[in-house]
Amino acid sequence: MKKNQSMLFGYILGFTAALLLLPVSSLVMAADDTITLGAAVSLTGKYSTNGKHTKNGYDLGVKIINEHGGVVVNGKHYKIAIKYYDDESTPARGTQLAERLISQDNIKYLLGPYSSGLTKAMAPITEQYKVPMVEANGAAVDLFNKGYKYLFALLSTTDQYLAPAVEMAAKVHKNPKKVRVAGAFENDPFSQDIQKGVFALAKKYGMKIVIDDKLPPDLNDMSSTLTKVKALKPDLLVVSGHAKGAALAIRQIADMKVNVPMLALTHCDSADIIGKFGKDAEYALCASQWDRSLKYKDKYFGSAEHFAKLFEKTYGYAPPYQAAESAAAVLVYKEAFEHAGKLDPKSVRDALAKTNMQTFYGNVKFDTDGRNIAKPMVMYQVQDGQYKVVYPPKWANSKLRWPTPPWSKR
Amino acid sequence: MLDNVQILFQAPVFSVDLIVNGMLIGAIFMLAAYGMALVWGVMNVINVAQGEFVMLGGYVTLLVVKMGLPPLVGIPISAIVLFGVGWLVYRLVIFRVVERDVFTSLLATYGVAILLAQLINETFGADVRTVDTGMGTWFFLDNNVTVAVIKVVAFVLAIVIGILLWLFLKKSRTGQAIRATAQNARAARILGIDTHRTFAITYSLSAALCGAAGSLAIMAWAVHPYIGLPYTIRSFMIVVVAGVGNLLGVIIAGLGLGVAENVAGFILGAEFQIAFVFLLMIGALILRNSLLRRQRKYLR
Repeated sequence: MKKNQSMLFGYILGFTAALLLLPVSSLVMAADDTITLGAAVSLTGKYSTNGKHTKNGYDLGVKIINEHGGVVVNGKHYKIAIKYYDDESTPARGTQLAERLISQDNIKYLLGPYSSGLTKAMAPITEQYKVPMVEANGAAVDLFNKGYKYLFALLSTTDQYLAPAVEMAAKVHKNPKKVRVAGAFENDPFSQDIQKGVFALAKKYGMKIVIDDKLPPDLNDMSSTLTKVKALKPDLLVVSGHAKGAALAIRQIADMKVNVPMLALTHCDSADIIGKFGKDAEYALCASQWDRSLKYKDKYFGSAEHFAKLFEKTYGYAPPYQAAESAAAVLVYKEAFEHAGKLDPKSVRDALAKTNMQTFYGNVKFDTDGRNIAKPMVMYQVQDGQYKVVYPPKWANSKLRWPTPPWSKR
Repeated sequence: MLDNVQILFQAPVFSVDLIVNGMLIGAIFMLAAYGMALVWGVMNVINVAQGEFVMLGGYVTLLVVKMGLPPLVGIPISAIVLFGVGWLVYRLVIFRVVERDVFTSLLATYGVAILLAQLINETFGADVRTVDTGMGTWFFLDNNVTVAVIKVVAFVLAIVIGILLWLFLKKSRTGQAIRATAQNARAARILGIDTHRTFAITYSLSAALCGAAGSLAIMAWAVHPYIGLPYTIRSFMIVVVAGVGNLLGVIIAGLGLGVAENVAGFILGAEFQIAFVFLLMIGALILRNSLLRRQRKYLR
């Protein structure tokens, strides 16, 4: 009896909560001079830091567009707004929320979540409902071999993340065939994609792969891999394991005094290796999607540097690339709305497919699978306590320092 | 794989490096495992939040360093703060489940683990944190064996704390009460021991040990809100192999686990590190069982 009562109470509570939520979502839809984009972003859980960068980027993009007169479709002015949900960093929740945004909240245009895993969870839903999703934080290669027609990604795919390191190694050595490559990649889809890209290019140059370690996702020590590096003395060491992989690699390479002429990583900036490790981080090469020193321009933010300054002023910290690409995603939507000339998902999707523009974040042009083929990756090197762009040569603002001197001379 | 074995034969110095570094990481697991063995033995509670206490200890040390104090001061402070946290968790949650079956306490402590991880994620963010002690590294054997000084500190501390804990349990009144409660809680209560207080002390002591471990972990490695699980799993394995309430066993199993893990990671590749250690655990259990069988006893 008591159990029944408490269940009844639960139902009543549930209904009241649902009733309370209803007016809010219908209010969002009511304003017909607003285009509402939907986004499920990780505000809690393990991706919450990058989820916040993503949200801040989106918000700044929306703000700047609304300040520039909003979106003009067929002579009518619209403001842009975003309806957010927290996906709690879990793919299952992401799937639910995509469903909810589309079928309950009646959202017709989606922005992507943070991370490949969540994008993978949501893409089948947007595809099923034929709702476009412009995303800026899902880079896994296999998002783009499923024949999705409504998915558009602004960032370079994972297989390109650390491939520039191989290019650079090939360039500095007289004979690329003699280069010996070691890799330690986390055993998750993201890092394994990077591994494929790095090793494919290394093989093309005829380099020898001497270590291929898969780091466990709950990594807390990598000394066995580093002992192997000490023993085999590769010319290039590539490590990818999100922020914790970058932090551990720098810390333990310094602790164990592992000498390696070239070290390339992902997630240096989110791990803040310069702030945390200072001199120990010197010479590390870091993959990045974007940098504020790049010379891209657009009419909304101005240059990359202008965006960075505005972002700093608004949120009080320098924008990581996750924020920049998210802001750019909103710009891409804006132009697509205007080119489509009418507001229905199909027309907007077709307009998105034809996108060919420059944003402060880089050029945007999608191939038939929806990936951006107009923007290269950037490689930083930590030089005198600062990130300096050393690749691609066109954007480089500093020369590559190579080889990294042994620890006895640092 | 064979290539890797070959390296060890051609240059045995690297196996020294592997073994030394393995023992050093084993020492941290050992600290967390002392606590788990204690709580498991005395209260029959498998504390899944063990790793989260380690993580919390790391964050306390981070705060200590941010206040401008030297990192090593963080070790006792983390232990003390975590003693308090342990007491609180016991008073709020654990005392309700302490004499229930193991499954109930597994669920309850799992809940505590999730809560703590999310709480830290909310307050500090999901970033990876480290603390630099600036203690440097020792080199041996032509620079092929390298030992970070902080890891040696961790190792020595882990052994010293182990001995202190053993003395405490053997000699002090509270230690005797803990052992009596472990043997038979009901009998202990009849004889006038406040068993709930004993449980609370045991649980808080375990949390304090984790606090010290976490403080060392953030100085020697890195800590983030979701780092708890590896520590919980390792201490669980150490206790399973060593046997509940067997401190010497915990020391041997802890160091052995660290070494086994490192050597397996080297030879088989990092992806099989944990798998190998689990295999080893099953092997150790079978061995222990067959040894006991000779005396007509069985593993429980």
